[in-house]
Amino acid sequence: MLLPGLPVQESAGAAHPLAGTVAEWIWLVPLLPFIGFIVNGLLSLLPAVRMGPADPSAESHEHAAHGEEGGGGDHGAHDDHQHPVRHRYAGMVSIIGPAVLGVSFAVTLAIFLALAGAHAEEPFVRTLFPWLVAGDLYVDAALQVDQLSIVMTLVVTGVGFLIHVFSVGYMQDDPGYPRYFAYLNLFVFFMLVLVLGASYPVLFVGWEGVGLCSYLLIGYWYSDKANADAGKKAFVMNRIGDFGFLVAMFMLFAHLGTLDFAAVSGRAAELGEGGAVITVIALFFFLGCAGKSAQIPLYTWLPDAMAGPTPVSALIHAATMVTAGVYLVARSSAIFSLAPVASLTVALVGAITALFAATIGLKQWDIKKVLAYSTVSQLGYMFVGVGVGAYAAGVFHLVTHAFFKALLFLGSGSVIFAMHRAFHNTGSHADAQDMRNMGGLRAYMPWTYRLMWIATLAIAGIPPLSGFFSKDEILASVFARTAHSTLAEASLFGIPGSALLMLIYVMGLSAALLTAIYMTRMMLYTFHGPNRSGEAERAHLAEAPRIMTIPLVALGVLTVAGGLLNLPAFLGAQGQKLHHWLEPVTGRAALNITHGEEAHLALGTEMALIGLAVAIAVGGIVYAFAKLKPEVLVPKAQSPESTGIERVLEHKYFVDELYDTAIVKPVVGVSRRVLWRGMDAGLIDGLLVNGSGFLMRGLGWLGARLQSGQVGTYAWVLVIGVLFVLGAFSIK
Amino acid sequence: MIPEALALSAVLFTIGTVGVLTRRNAIVIFMCVELMLNAVNLSFVALSRLYGTTGQVFVVFVMTVAAAEAAVGLAIIIAIFRHGQSVNLKNINLLKG
Repeated sequence: MLLPGLPVQESAGAAHPLAGTVAEWIWLVPLLPFIGFIVNGLLSLLPAVRMGPADPSAESHEHAAHGEEGGGGDHGAHDDHQHPVRHRYAGMVSIIGPAVLGVSFAVTLAIFLALAGAHAEEPFVRTLFPWLVAGDLYVDAALQVDQLSIVMTLVVTGVGFLIHVFSVGYMQDDPGYPRYFAYLNLFVFFMLVLVLGASYPVLFVGWEGVGLCSYLLIGYWYSDKANADAGKKAFVMNRIGDFGFLVAMFMLFAHLGTLDFAAVSGRAAELGEGGAVITVIALFFFLGCAGKSAQIPLYTWLPDAMAGPTPVSALIHAATMVTAGVYLVARSSAIFSLAPVASLTVALVGAITALFAATIGLKQWDIKKVLAYSTVSQLGYMFVGVGVGAYAAGVFHLVTHAFFKALLFLGSGSVIFAMHRAFHNTGSHADAQDMRNMGGLRAYMPWTYRLMWIATLAIAGIPPLSGFFSKDEILASVFARTAHSTLAEASLFGIPGSALLMLIYVMGLSAALLTAIYMTRMMLYTFHGPNRSGEAERAHLAEAPRIMTIPLVALGVLTVAGGLLNLPAFLGAQGQKLHHWLEPVTGRAALNITHGEEAHLALGTEMALIGLAVAIAVGGIVYAFAKLKPEVLVPKAQSPESTGIERVLEHKYFVDELYDTAIVKPVVGVSRRVLWRGMDAGLIDGLLVNGSGFLMRGLGWLGARLQSGQVGTYAWVLVIGVLFVLGAFSIK
Repeated sequence: MIPEALALSAVLFTIGTVGVLTRRNAIVIFMCVELMLNAVNLSFVALSRLYGTTGQVFVVFVMTVAAAEAAVGLAIIIAIFRHGQSVNLKNINLLKG
């Protein structure tokens, strides 16, 4: 690590094409954000100085406003006219925080270009130092450069950089500004370890690290209990998934004796194709994915995670961390492709999640909650993609989703920023995230308005935006695998795989329809119709500062152009670029599923499918425009309680309540009655700790009786003792 | 000659021991302890006829210690008597658990 330029010999084979190139510097990519974390973390420990007039009444007013907002509150925007609470080192942090990522991105880009020119079939592994050596277990701290990891790294550093820049505008007036950037940089560090790690244990380090940063950033405004609880919920639910990840890793080591990606993907067939072992390993890995990527049944933490600052939601809970599960399946494609039952499960769970979350998204009022359920739904799509063995399609959707969902979240952040500032200026305690309090914002925020529409059309699947291509690719892949694939021939719960795949396809289409509807609904209620924020507030509504809109524009360009990464195959040489790019990593695994031949649809069929998908997307948007009337909405405070099915949807099918009753309450009850009162207070404290104390006290009491103070008694005991000893001697 | 002296010594020692065990008056017990010491002295002297003068030297030491003990012990007993107007051991039991 200290001598980066030295040639290294640990890469696969004698001379890897990337050996000695810029790829040797791959360790710089995660190191830079880590340096950012150290510097910003140290700055956050220095005392902040509040500039501006020290006005205690203004202070307390501000606190009241924050307390009122509750769990959904987003405090990003402080008013900088009256009493800025800018941190003393805010200027320094604003430069270091995004800059480390910018440099990381540049290094990644250089490595990407080197990789593109090298046509490396094998991954390039840069070993830093031996990490775990125990018995048969050898794990190096090694970073892996291959087509998949470099795509992920580009997304993490590129989109991450834009979100960091946006954060400068969004969070600058927060008193904990350096702490925020320290966490954010630490997150990027761990995320890069996750995607660049060359073995499962290294990936796991990143996996746990991003979980930690997610927890820290969800509970960033920890003085509000709801936020702290949301962080805890995310942390605990992720632990359930991590249990699966660990068990899968242990089983893998027990059966193969290695945990390096290259070795595992080369030797996955030794686990027995379609056998019980490989299926169980894959399913346990998927449990980990379900936790990290918020799939049924472990998805409920993600909507709650919206308690964090909005750029955090964009970076961690939309663009990068939650896609780690998809990455893991793609990375483990050799295992999943040989376990058709597990792959079918992945696809089915993904499809159910996509549809289920989309229905909840239909009736949410909090703008971030709509996007949160949309994220859960789109993650479901990605799992459908990687589940049916279309790994490139899944990763393609991951990338485009990172673009348009980051744009949507940052756009909503910009909206919340404006709403919060308006409410703050007038001293209103209304909810700055509730769409019923918004409306008509297009007049005040033209840039945000246009860019969010682009992202909405992209997520709905309108050509030629990026989301259309990636979503269509997944749906077409599902359709193509209903015949002539190991999935179609397998069966799950006695249902033949071909029928399940057809069902998954239909569910995917239905979810696409719902996506179009709920996204249009969000746009209508936020930007169209009359403004409902209030007379006084209206005067304060304005577009966000330039530093926030420029990242939005960049993401908008990516959202429009992202489809070029992987155009459909029928467009000829320009098509399937990402697919071919990823072939060295996932190509062989994808062929396992389709019996060794590329899954192809007839041109007519493909056109029909595309036509159907577009018709559904357009239909959803038109339906939403026709059916939803933003004019009749009233602000949140005056809205009546919804009834019937709407109420069920608004309360997210009462899943949180169900989990609370079925799992949380019994666990808490058992913990309290059995483990605390019974085991801890009863057995440990009562019997063992206090019990031994009582025993010693009793023995002491008995001993004290012997010491009576009567010298005569002592003399008797002494004489008897002497006689006893003398007797013993004389017997001998 | 020696067996008789040793027998007398044993008798004296036993009388002393029984006195220590049965009497309650501190002065009497004190005297019984002296009796035991002198019983031992007697056997020392008797056995020195067989084993040389070491036993006689030992007797001198024992008498010295006994004299010191008598001085300290009597002083303590007098102090106790001044404190409680009694030298009965039944009443002297302040040191107990």
